[in-house]
Formats: sequence, structure tokens, C-alpha cells
Amino acid sequence: MWTLGPIGFAAPFLLLGLIVLPILWLLLRAVPPAPITRRFPGVVLLLGLTDKESQSDRTPWWLLLLRLLAVAALFIGFAGPVLNPSTAKTGSGDLVIALDGSWAGAAGWAARIELVDGLLDEAARTNRRTAVINLADLPTGEIPFAAPSEWQDKLANLQPQPWQPTDATSDWFAAQSGSFETKWMSDGIDWAGRNDLLATLEDRGPVTVYQSPRTVYGLRPPRYEDGEIVVSVVRTPIGNAATIPLTAIGLDPAGVERQLQTIDLDFAAGAPLAETALVLPPELRNRVTRFELTGQRSAAAVSLTDDSLKRREIALIAGGETREALDLLSPLHYLREALTPTADLINGTLSDIILANPDVVVLADVATLGGLETEALTTWVEDGGMLLRFAGPRLAASDLGRSEEDPLLPVRLRAGGRTVGGAMSWGEPKALAAFPDTSPFFGLPIPDDVTVSAQVMAQPDPTLATRVIAGLADGTPLVTRKTLGLGQVVLVHVTANAEWSTLPLSGLFVQMLERLAISTRADTSDPTELAGTTWLPTTVLDGFGRLQDGKALAGIDGELLATRTSSPTIGPGLYSGQESQIAVNVIGPDTTLSVAAWPARIPVEGLASLRETALKGWLLTAAMGLLIIDILASLLVGGRLRGPRANVAASLLAMMLFAPDAQAQTNDAAAIAATSQVVLAHVITGDKETDDIAQAGLLGVSRTLFQRTSIEPADPVAVNIETDELAFFPFIYWPIIPDQALPSREAYAKLNRYLRAGGMIMFDTRDADTARFGSGSPEGRKLQAIARGLDIPAIEPIPDDHVLTRTFYLLQDFPGRYASRDIWVEAAPAGAELSEGMPFRNLNDGVTPVVIGGNDWARAWAIDAAGNRMFPVGRGTAGERQREIALRFGVNLIMHVLTGNYKSDQVHVPALLDRLGQ
Amino acid sequence: MTSAQNLRADAHRLADPLPALLAQADHLASTVLLGDHGRRRAGMGDTFWQYRSAQAGDDLRRIDWRRSARADSNFVADKEWQIAQSVVLWVDRASSMTFTSDDDTPTKADRASALALATAILLDRGGERVGLTGMRLPPRRGAGQIGQMAAILCETDTTDYGAPDVKGIMPHARAVFISDFLGDISGTKEALLKAADNGVRGALLQVLDAQEESFPFHGRTIFQSMGGGFQHETLQASDLRMRYLDRLAARKDELAQLASGTGWQFHTHHTNTPATSALLWLYQLLSRSA
Repeated sequence: MWTLGPIGFAAPFLLLGLIVLPILWLLLRAVPPAPITRRFPGVVLLLGLTDKESQSDRTPWWLLLLRLLAVAALFIGFAGPVLNPSTAKTGSGDLVIALDGSWAGAAGWAARIELVDGLLDEAARTNRRTAVINLADLPTGEIPFAAPSEWQDKLANLQPQPWQPTDATSDWFAAQSGSFETKWMSDGIDWAGRNDLLATLEDRGPVTVYQSPRTVYGLRPPRYEDGEIVVSVVRTPIGNAATIPLTAIGLDPAGVERQLQTIDLDFAAGAPLAETALVLPPELRNRVTRFELTGQRSAAAVSLTDDSLKRREIALIAGGETREALDLLSPLHYLREALTPTADLINGTLSDIILANPDVVVLADVATLGGLETEALTTWVEDGGMLLRFAGPRLAASDLGRSEEDPLLPVRLRAGGRTVGGAMSWGEPKALAAFPDTSPFFGLPIPDDVTVSAQVMAQPDPTLATRVIAGLADGTPLVTRKTLGLGQVVLVHVTANAEWSTLPLSGLFVQMLERLAISTRADTSDPTELAGTTWLPTTVLDGFGRLQDGKALAGIDGELLATRTSSPTIGPGLYSGQESQIAVNVIGPDTTLSVAAWPARIPVEGLASLRETALKGWLLTAAMGLLIIDILASLLVGGRLRGPRANVAASLLAMMLFAPDAQAQTNDAAAIAATSQVVLAHVITGDKETDDIAQAGLLGVSRTLFQRTSIEPADPVAVNIETDELAFFPFIYWPIIPDQALPSREAYAKLNRYLRAGGMIMFDTRDADTARFGSGSPEGRKLQAIARGLDIPAIEPIPDDHVLTRTFYLLQDFPGRYASRDIWVEAAPAGAELSEGMPFRNLNDGVTPVVIGGNDWARAWAIDAAGNRMFPVGRGTAGERQREIALRFGVNLIMHVLTGNYKSDQVHVPALLDRLGQ
Repeated sequence: MTSAQNLRADAHRLADPLPALLAQADHLASTVLLGDHGRRRAGMGDTFWQYRSAQAGDDLRRIDWRRSARADSNFVADKEWQIAQSVVLWVDRASSMTFTSDDDTPTKADRASALALATAILLDRGGERVGLTGMRLPPRRGAGQIGQMAAILCETDTTDYGAPDVKGIMPHARAVFISDFLGDISGTKEALLKAADNGVRGALLQVLDAQEESFPFHGRTIFQSMGGGFQHETLQASDLRMRYLDRLAARKDELAQLASGTGWQFHTHHTNTPATSALLWLYQLLSRSA
């Protein structure tokens, strides 16, 4: 191969042919374009006239140039030019191709793989043993050296990992033996241990780095702060000012994933961080499942949200807050204090609150509930609500749950409760017992100063033991719980204020509320809390930021989740534990990104790989194109493209150039024709016979209308629902054939627009002789398939008083060629009632958008060009009568389309007469 | 030696256009209403025109005694002037007339023949005698004359350009020359002067094709006359256009000058326009000033 700059030639000696070009120039120049001979009687008047331009007997220079270019392109094309021919590069010994392979490289992954492919090609040429190693996904054991072609087969398996390589890579390479050359595809961002690895690799052989400057973005986990969600995005601090759109994604009430909010983050030039606050209503905020940087394709551009962003809605209801101005004595004061930082509180009456569907309802010392309230509350709990009740003087004094268990109390209560350690009682105030390991409070430290001086007592019961989740030192229950349906009811046997115990004053109170998942402050970050727990991945992210189902993956030890950032041991995703979820993201709250800087001794190359491109095909195509242009140009110069008898060439040109225009003009003409008169239309089904019959049928009904009514339609047209505008037609007849293609999405949109805008489509399955409506004939099934995408309202069999029975003729049957009574139209509104003294109901609005039947009306209506009926209907006189009724139905139908429910206005006649004083 | 079969085929070929031409001419002629046919004035003739009071100078023989007997004064019965006029037509049948630029328009020869024959039919209906120049068809009346004229008009000549033939034109007759007048003008000029010397007056009708008026040619072109006798090569046809049109205008001008100098009329007709206008022009001209 002989190379010239970036181009190499497979057969360079052919280029010698280019020498003939100047000779060709001279030859072509001397031969003028062949003249055209024309017979022309006026030639005598021309005799003696001389040409002004004496040089045009030679080929024009531009035509010459065109031809020379074409010939040159042929020569060069056959010489086999190759762009960027691969030339053998030096290098020997083993080769390690290392990729950072982290999420940061996801954006340019294809380019990286292509480059690796090119390097493997090269290595194959020099027979080097090669290993391709993803540093973020290290192989175990030895460096897996293999033939480059073997690695090329595996390249598709290389995927970017949703984490960065770790320090361990350096150790792994240090443990390997032998020397090798390293080519290192860097993702462009720095990671811990990169310098160590570089040093290790340099010990083994030369290192070349491939890296392209690219701004990498990472989305930090959004955090909740003072009613706003603060989102911050970090990037490698290079690059200009940029605006990055951020999207909050979540499920809508129907369970469909949607973009809930979009906001732009602005980076100043060179700034590493952009931050903005997002204000979302609680309803929306609780729906957010993840945030995404739009247009960034990496795991770092996605941040999954767990419970930490969710704010539970808690309704607080106290029984009789009659004492005024004593906040500290209010039953709800301590609850408010404890919950406000982490939850949204709702106040109001119970019946209003239930409508808002809160997560938790707290009843502080509420003893009596109205019957309706009890019912609503019970239903709500059974649907998954959590009811938290606190005891108090009212509860103690009431008879609630005395003799039998109240559904909204976990246990039966003894009358009166008890007081310990008061002035009038024996004993000391009781302390709390340690929480049993079955309790949700297990593990919470119990402060010494928490004492209980009064409580309501639970009636001993067989079920009591299982329901106690916290007790006093003497064994009496302090907190009891039972499940009710999908929800649960929890009773704290003391008051929510500090009257009966010091519990609300202590931090334990808040922790207990958290454990009950009433408030959700996320302090699951405490490694000790997570120790020993197992979390199951529900959703995981891959390196490209795509969500994948993680249910098939093994559980994760809770301690690993403490950092909340991904590492080779734990991928990003959503992990669910017993009662909460933890999101692990690629970017932590404090992560910063910096550009990987390399020492000057390391050669750094760009990622742009130059692939071999064979130019032969292009050049030969260009030569052909030039020759075709030459033909046109020669015709032009020779006068054959213009002047008389040039119409063929001109029309060919016009067809090539102006065909769309002609189409547009036809469309315009068709639109004008369709709108200047009433035109009935039928859908082109693709079956010629059906289409012809539909056309003939509409022609028949058009003629009938013309003769009998003031509607004077023009000839019907066939419409293609894919390409034609439907809005021009008041009525479309759609015969159904079983092998009809379904309309495209655009056509469906058009049809729905047509139906909503007041058009009518009449579906005719034409099978009423063999099938009843909906009985599953092929046509019926096709109609169902077609109608699935249409916006068709509820339909009903045509009622006796439908306006179609009297728009022009009084009809009760709607036969076509067949006389089935199965005709469906839009259902009447539910409230329609029979008017006094009128034979039909008061149905005054709306034209049915569809008429569905199978009577093959088109065949009954059809006439040929001479006006003769095309198909027999029925037999004898009765058949002719049936045809007449069919035509009358057609008239009624078109009248209905055009006049709406005008005839229904007769229901007003009595009222009008009355008003006129008759 | 022409076999009988060939002769018959030739005869058919010759006869074929005849009915068409006749029908075409007939049709064309029927478009002109003979509203002012006849001289419409008193003169020599057979049919009664009007009674008028005898005036001094009236020949006594001309007094209609029967009419005069019913009145006090004498009356003269005028006859309508019925002098039959002789009109001689010349139609160029040279090959230059066989040119047409478009399949939809007739050749110049077709149009010229149709116009001539229609004129002849009209004149015949008007009682004039019509003939062709040359000695083959002297002016005569009757349907047979029209048929013969049609037959002769179907013949073609092989010369490139034709010149009017003035043989057989009687003095003071009327003449119509139909041609494209593209050939050498001296022949036309000579014929015209000779005719004018004999007191013959008439019309020059120039029949041209649309292309001859517009010269829509481009590029390197060799122009040939229809017979191939003349040839002109150009490298840039579009370049010649203005000069050609100038020459054509000059030719028309010359013809018009010639006509006005001899008391003739000149008109240019294009084959892509309806023939009726040219026919009307001809007929008006011939019937106006007999």
C-alpha cells in the first residue's frame, strides 16, 4: 500500500492513468458538442447571419472540467483509495488494554469500544498477547492474556460499571508477574488509587493513556431542607457555562411513570457545582422516585430517592382541647414538636382528614368517635393506614373497649387505669423495661429518667402478650399494637403530654415514633443500626443509568449500605429492608469530581480513532453522478434541453423536481372540491371490489338525496385515512373487510379528531346474513381491532325513539341488503326521560359519532353509472320495499349528520303551544 | 411503369385527403353567414330589385308599363346587379408549406388549402366564379369546380419555396395569393406588379407557423429548409433570434409595402390560431369592393 497523507492506495500504478487527463482535455476541447439538425422553413431568413461568439464551437470549459473530474474519479476510484490506512505500529510483548470502565465513561462508551477494537486489530497484526481489563470490574487471578481476536469477540460484554475503580486495582496489578505494555482508556475523572496504579503499571512497561476532555456531570442526592428539595449537581470543573435540565420522575395516580417536574441548573463557566431548590407540593414530592439529569447518559446522572425525601402526612386530633393558652399541657404539643421536622402535619376534623388520606392518624386521648367517623377510620386503617392512639383521662374514664375489644383499640382496657408513685398512691413511678427483640423498639437505649406515673391498664387476654411491644418494669404494657386489615392500630397507654409520664420529654419518644415509621427521619446511616440487617435490592442502576429490576439479586448486608454510595461491593439502586428503603447512589452528598491529570512523561492520546475507510465506492459513485450531470449538461449545451421538442426532458426534470408541488396542488384541488359541496366519503379498504361497491352505494344514496331532499351532494369520494384530510367530510362510510390493515397511529389521531369534531363514521361489517353483531365473525373481530384505538363513546342498540327514526322519514327498521336489527349508536345519556305526552325521550344533544351495523347498506344503495341498481335485495316486491326502506334509512342518516337532533326539538312543541296560549 | 395496383393505391392516397379537405372547407365556410351576399344594389341582372320613378335619362325601354299603368307617373323596374366576378386563387404548394411545429396544429399547406377552398365555396355560393391561377382550372361555377380545386390543392410541389403564378388571371379579376412568402421575394414582387398592371386587385395572405414567429431555438443547430435545399449552421441558435425576428419583420413590412403600392391587402395568419378569422378577413375583403 502506498500512502499519500491520510489516504493510501491499493493499486497506486493506476494513478498513472491521470497523466492522460491533459490529453483528454485537448481532445475533448477540440470536439464541440454535436449539433442538432432542425427542419425550419425560415432558414432563408437566417442565411448570412454569423455567430457572435466564435469560441463556442469548443466544449465549454466547465463541461470539460466535469468530464475530466469524472474520469479522474474513475481512475482514482479504481486505484483503491483507503482513508486512514492502518499502518503497522511498533510494539511487542504482552499488551494490557485497561479501561477505567466506570459510569463516567458511559457517555462515550461506544467510541471507547471502537478504539479498543482498533487497538486489538493492531495487536492482532503483530501477534501480541493481549488482555482487556475493566478496572472497575477486575478479573480474579492472573491477567487473562489471550489472542486479540478472542478479546474482540468478547468486547460486546464490556459494560461500564456504576462505580469507580478502587485502590485494590493497584494491589492486584502489583501481585501480577511479568512485564507488559499498558494502554489505558481513562474516563477522564480522577479516582482514588489512580496514581498508585499508574506507578505500578509503569514498573511493568510503557503506559499510554487515551483520554478525551469531556465534562462529566454527577447528581448528588437531593435533600430536604426547609420545605424545599435542594438538588445539587457536580461536574468536572472544566467547560463553559452550561444549563443542565433536571427532571423529577415519579408515578402518577394511575401508576404510570411521568415527569413530575423539570428544572434547569445553571453552571457558571468553570464552576464545579450548581445548586437549586425545587418546591414541590407534598403530594408530588412523595411520588418522586428518582431525579435525572436530562440528556446525560450515566449512572451518575440518576439519583434514586428513598424514604428520606418522603414526608409522611400525619393528622393530629386531640380530644377536647378546652384549656386555653397552655401549650405545654396540650395533648398534641410534644407530638407536634417531635413530628414537625420530619413530617407534614394535618389539622382538621376527622371526617375531613380521612378524605386527605394521611399516612398516620394520631388520636390523643380521644375516647368517643361518631358512628360514621368510626366506620371511616376503620376502613382507612384496613386499607393500610396507621392509627396511633394515646391514652388520657378521657380514655380512662370512658367505657371504650371494656367488655369487648374495640376494633380501633389493640387491647381491652380496664376501667379507671392506675396511678403509681403519686401523692395518693403507693410505690415509685415505674421505669420502662428493656424492649423485647420482637419489638420494633428493640435496641433503643432507655434513659433512666423516663418514668410513668399513670397509665391505662390492659385487660389480661390470651392475645395480650403478642400485642405488647413495650412494657413497664413491672410488666404492664406501655405500648400495644395490633394489625387491622392492611394497617395497624397502636395504643400508647400514657398521655401524649407530660402529665402521666416523662416519656414525651425524652429523646426516646422521638425515636419510638421513628421506629413506628410514624416520622421518617433518615438516620439509617448509622452503621450500628444497620449492622446485622439484610436489605434486598428492588431496583438497581447499570453504568448507563438505566433502571433494572433487582429482585433476582442477592440480599446485601446492611453495613455496606451505610455509605450510601456505590462501590464494587454494592451497586447503586434501591434497597428495601423491613419497613424502609435505602437508596444507594453513585454520587454521595459530598462527592466532587475532578479531571484526571497525568504526568508529563505519560503520552495522552485522544479517543478519536481513525478507522480505515475504503473510498472506492464513493469515488465511483461520484464518477457516475458526474457523468449523469454531464449528460444533462451536454443536452443543455446542445440545445436539446430547451426549445421545441424538449418537452420530454423538461417533463422528466419537472417530475423529479416538482412532484411534491403537484401533489400539494392536487390536494388543494381535492380540498376545494370536497368542501364546496356536500360530499359523502368512504374509506379505502384496499379491496377494490369493496371500494367500488362503497363508491356506488354512496353514489346511490347521494342521488336519492338529490332527488328527494334539499341536500344535493356531489359525487362521493374515496378517502385514504392515512393521507387524506377527513375534516371535509360530514359522513364517512367504512366497510369492514377481514384482511384490512389497521390504521397507523397518525391515522388514529386523525380519526379521533374527526370523531370528536362532530364527524360520523358508519361501520358496516356486511355480515348480518351470517353473523349477529359481536358474535365474532372475521369482520366483527376486525372491527373490534380497529375500534380499539378509536375514541368511541358508550354505544347501545338503536332505541325505538332514536332521532334517526324520524329525521326525514319515519322508520323503525334500518335494513340494507340484509335486514338485521343489530344497529348500534351512541348510548343516550342516563338521565333521559320520556316526556309527558310525547312518544320519545328528551334527547336533544349530540349526533352519534358512530353507527355500527352489518346490513351491507352499500350494496342496497349501489347504482351503476347508468343509474341501475347493481345488486338484488330480497325477493320480489318485498325486496324492492326493503331497498326503498334502505334508501330511506340512508336519507335519514345523512339528514341526521347534517341537521343533528333538530327533529328532537318536537319535544318542545307542547311547551311552545302552551306558551302561545293555545 | 405503374402497376394498376400502385395506381389505385396512389389514387386512394390522393383522394383520401379530399373529402376531409372539402368537409373542412365546407365547415369553415359555413361559419360565415352570407348576410351581405349579392351586390344588394340595382344593376345588371335577372332578378327584380325595386321599382323606382323614372327619371330623365332613363331609357324608355326600361319603363315598366304594367306598373306605370297603375299610377300617374312612370316607373322603372330595377334589377339586382348580378355581375359574376372572377376570383383566382393561388396557393403555395412548395415544400416549405408542409412544415408544422406541433402535432396538434395543421401544416401551413393544410391551413392554406382549407382557407382557399373555404373562400372558393363561399364565393361559389355567392355566385362568383372561382378558379386557380395557371391554366389548369380557369374560373367557373359549380360544385364540380370546387371538387377539382380540392384535388389540385392536395398536390404538393417539391421546390423549396414557391412564387405566385399569374398565368390565367384575366384583367380586372380578383386574386388571392396564399403562401408563407418566406422564399425569394422577387418572384412575389414580379407577380404582384404584373397582376396590378392588368388591373387585378386582391389579397396576400401570409400563413406562418408559431415557431417561425418565435424562433425558440438554442444551442448548436443546423437549420435545413424543408426540401433540404438551404442550410444554415449556427453554434448558438438563441443568439440569432433577434436578428431573425428583425428580418421576418422586415419581410412582412416589405410585403405590406408592396401590397399597398399595388392596391392589394396583406394579412398574416398563424396556423395555431383559428382559421375563421383569416377566412372572415378574406371574405370581407372580396365581397366589400367588387
